[in-house]
Formats: sequence, structure tokens, C-alpha cells
Amino acid sequence: MKALLVAESRQGKLLGGSYETLAFARQQGAEAAMFLVGSNADLPQFDGRLYLADVAEAGEYNPEEHLRLLLDVVGRETPQMIVFCHSSYGWDLAPRLALALKAGQISEVVGSKDGGLLVPACNSKLRRVVAAVGATTVVTLQSGAFNPAGPPSGTPTVEKLAVQKASKVEFIGYEEAEKGGVDLGKAKVIVSAGRGIGKPENLALVEALAKALGGEYGASRPVVDAGWAEHNRQVGSTGQTVTPKLYIACGISGAVQHLAGMKKSEFIVAINTDRDAPISEVADVLLVADLKQFLPALTARLAG
Amino acid sequence: MKILVCVKQVPDMESRFKLNAAGSWYSEQDLAWRMNEYDEFAVEQALQLREQLGDGEVVVLSIGPDRVKEAMKKALAMGADRGVHIQDDASFDKDPLQIASMIAAYAADQGFDLIFTGMQSQDRGSAQVGVLLAGLLGLPAVTTIVAFAYADGAVTVRRELEGGQKAVVKLTTPALLTCQLGLNTPRYPTLPNIMKAKKKEILALTVADLLKAAAVTKTVATVFPEKKGGGLVLEGDVGDLADKLLAILKEKTTVFK
Repeated sequence: MKALLVAESRQGKLLGGSYETLAFARQQGAEAAMFLVGSNADLPQFDGRLYLADVAEAGEYNPEEHLRLLLDVVGRETPQMIVFCHSSYGWDLAPRLALALKAGQISEVVGSKDGGLLVPACNSKLRRVVAAVGATTVVTLQSGAFNPAGPPSGTPTVEKLAVQKASKVEFIGYEEAEKGGVDLGKAKVIVSAGRGIGKPENLALVEALAKALGGEYGASRPVVDAGWAEHNRQVGSTGQTVTPKLYIACGISGAVQHLAGMKKSEFIVAINTDRDAPISEVADVLLVADLKQFLPALTARLAG
Repeated sequence: MKILVCVKQVPDMESRFKLNAAGSWYSEQDLAWRMNEYDEFAVEQALQLREQLGDGEVVVLSIGPDRVKEAMKKALAMGADRGVHIQDDASFDKDPLQIASMIAAYAADQGFDLIFTGMQSQDRGSAQVGVLLAGLLGLPAVTTIVAFAYADGAVTVRRELEGGQKAVVKLTTPALLTCQLGLNTPRYPTLPNIMKAKKKEILALTVADLLKAAAVTKTVATVFPEKKGGGLVLEGDVGDLADKLLAILKEKTTVFK
């Protein structure tokens, strides 16, 4: 099988997920070529053909131009599978390509099973086995599902692509997240609040436990979106990735974006009323309990 | 300004899911249903835009069996003007291209200036339908928006990227936008608006009239994930639980050393 792997870069920097597409191709036994709109100064390390459009000419992500470039490369390579990361880049571009090729797309692949690819459903409580009907399949890979066996190596054979710049969507610029305040990356203990805390007042219970353990409090996305906690407290793929000695998830169901930001913590405790919540997949200890009663009980013991 | 919002009805994600008899999807028995969370932000953004402009129409569309009208009624109670229901008892069995093509078949000659969808559904989560719909209609699309502004036919949005970074992009209507959580604060329907919504029109359309596309993917089976974790599950009196947890933390971690 031939696979075309769509690598990613932002502001000229190659993004790590690009190597996950290589790991997936190896697992599928596919012969791989790569596509990248990026910089000559930061190329993916692998032995194979790399189709490169120079980001200095192409500019930052522009869906129509990336689609045009990809269609050109697909025409030359005729791959059976085109592989993206399930990222803000991949989930935006992949369906455009699938539609243009009249190909089926399988989103957020985590593995394979029974002749199909495995994807999560219902907040990871279920998995679907999905297969494409036609000869070409577009897939996006869940972040972290396919890990490279070792450090990257190799030197690609670069084929340069000619860039055009017509687009209906105009890129204005980037905005960075506000930094400052707390650095969760340095905390040895993080106690995080999820939607299950119910109301903003209960954040104080989480904060008190964090303090009693000499750590910091964090939050899941819905808690930050609701304005109950600052963005610099957010743990997950759109916030911070943390690896403390102890992570206590309070009322966090464990959406994949949250798990991506904390699953490498040394020891994980989850407190949840739903024992089937996906957080149980990564938790060393799951306490089925009401937070409002449990957190004060634990904090009191630490104080006493 | 004519605005279309596509909404999906999904089960409450805290449900205990069981599989249907064919093993192809979840069983619909004993589930509580609600509007897909991402779509609530889509509805709210459409309403805010109509309010900003002082006129316009917000049409809410949903595909599925009769129960999906409840999700549409919520959108109507939030303030949408009318509904379009594509009646389909087997919508769960259609792939994203088929869903998008049915919406496109309806929307093609309706002259919508803006289409809002959720960035994905909570149950299937393909994140494809919005982008495919835009492609079928020949509209520019921006996905995963977390901020929206409109002035004189120009739309400026912030796309959410990874690690807290956002991209600011600009485009002109007609266009399609897929909405991320946190885009705005969806309003709660008030009682008078819930009463008013009961009188709003819901146009019924049939699948046969709209579905022309064949599926390009198929579900082989739906299964439960293999349990990886040998994690310990504890329940009982909170005082006992706190004592047990402290003992475990002292043994297995270095936080008290």
C-alpha cells in the first residue's frame, strides 16, 4: 500500500504530530511519501520522498492553496491512503481533500480492527470500526495514538512544489495565549476541577486540597470556558501539558483533549460519580464519590 | 441576513451506553437526549448576529427521527425563527458525506448568507459535516472558531489551534463556520420563549427527496473499548475513602517525602 503523509508546520516549525503519521504508516506496512508546507530549515527526518512547498512563499495555513498543492501531489503519487493528524490543521484540511477526491474519510483513528480502522465515539465510551468504500481513504489520527518507536532519523529526498496564493480566507495573524501567573509545568501536585464540580463556588474545595498538598489547582476546558478559572490553569491539548508526580482529577470526565494534557502524570487519582467516565482509563485510583463531601474530608485529614 | 444553523440531537454523554441489536451503533433505549453541545454555541452566535443587525432570519435544521424536534424546539425557544426537519429514522447509519449532501440539497437555493454548525458532534465526532457542506455549496469555511465578529459583509474569526494559540482570519459572506466550545455563552430559553417556540413553524422534508450521495465510508461494527487500566476503583463512606487514598498516596507516590 502507498500512503501520503501530511506533515504539519506552524511558523516554519515542524510539529511533532508529523512523526505519528510515519509511525502509523509503518504499522500499516505502507510505503510512505510526505507532504509539507513548511520550511527548508526544519524538515522531517525520514528516508523517502518529501513534497515541500516553501512556507515563505505560501504563507501560514490557507486551506484552498494547501488543498490545491495536495491534489497535485496525490495526482503524482496515487496513494491509497492519505494520512493527517487529527489536529486543527488536519480536521480542517482532510474533509476538503476527501470531498475533492470523492474519497471516504475516517476521523480520529486510534487503531485498527477487523479490516477497518478504530475511532472513538461518545466521549470514548464506544469505539466504531470504520472502513472506506472506495479505493482511496483519507484518515486523521488521534494525537498520541501512534507513537514513533525511536527518535526520528533519515534524510528526505525533497521535491519542491510551486506555490500560488489565491484564497477566499485571509490570514491576519496569530494570537498567543496569555502567559504569566501560574506555571503548572513546575507543580509537583496538580488538583484539577472539571465540570463535575457543579458550580464555581466549589472550585474553592479544589483549591484548598491543592494547597494542602503543596500543589497548584488546574482546570478542564469547560471550567475555563465558563469563566470559573483562568486559561493559564487549563490542562489539555489547547492548554498546558503537565506531568506532575500526582494529578487529582475532580469531576473530569476525561475528554481526549484533556487526557492528552495529563495522562503522562506519574500517579493519577480520579474522583467522579460516573465510574464509566473515560478518565478511569488512565486513573491509577478511581474514587466513586461526591466531590463536595470527599474533598473537604481529604483536606481536613491533610491539615490535621 | 439569512442564517442557517445545523443542529444534531445526541445522547447525554454521561449515559451508560448499550449496543443496538445489529451491533452497529448504540441502542436508543433508556437514553436522555439533548442538543449537541457544540451546536448550542452555533445557535447562540446566529442569534447574536441577528440581534446585532436588527433584522434577519435564523433557520435551524436537523436530521433524524421525530425525537430530534426536541433539540430544534430548544433552538426555537432560544430565539431561532423557524425549523427544517429532514425526517430520517436511519440517519445514524448515514456517513458524513450523505448527511452533508442532504443539507446541501436543501440549502443550495435558499440563499443563506452564513451557515453555522458545531465543529463536531459529541457522539460521532467526525468533524466533517460542516466542511463537506461548505465544499458542496462552494462556500469558504473556517473551522473551530472561538471568536466571531461581523461588519459590512466581512467576517473576522479566531480559529483555535493547539496550546492556546489562535489564528485570526477574515472572509466574506456567504460562508460557513464551525463552532468550538466557549465561542460565546449560550442563553437559556425563558418560559415565555418556550411557549412562543411551540407556535413556530417546523418544515418537514423527506430523505428520499434530498439524498443523492452514496456512502463513502461504512461502519463495520461498534464495540466497547478494551479496558486497559488495572486501576483501583474505590467507593463507600467518604471518610474511609479519604483514609484509604492517603495510605495509597504514601505508599505509591513521593508527594509526602
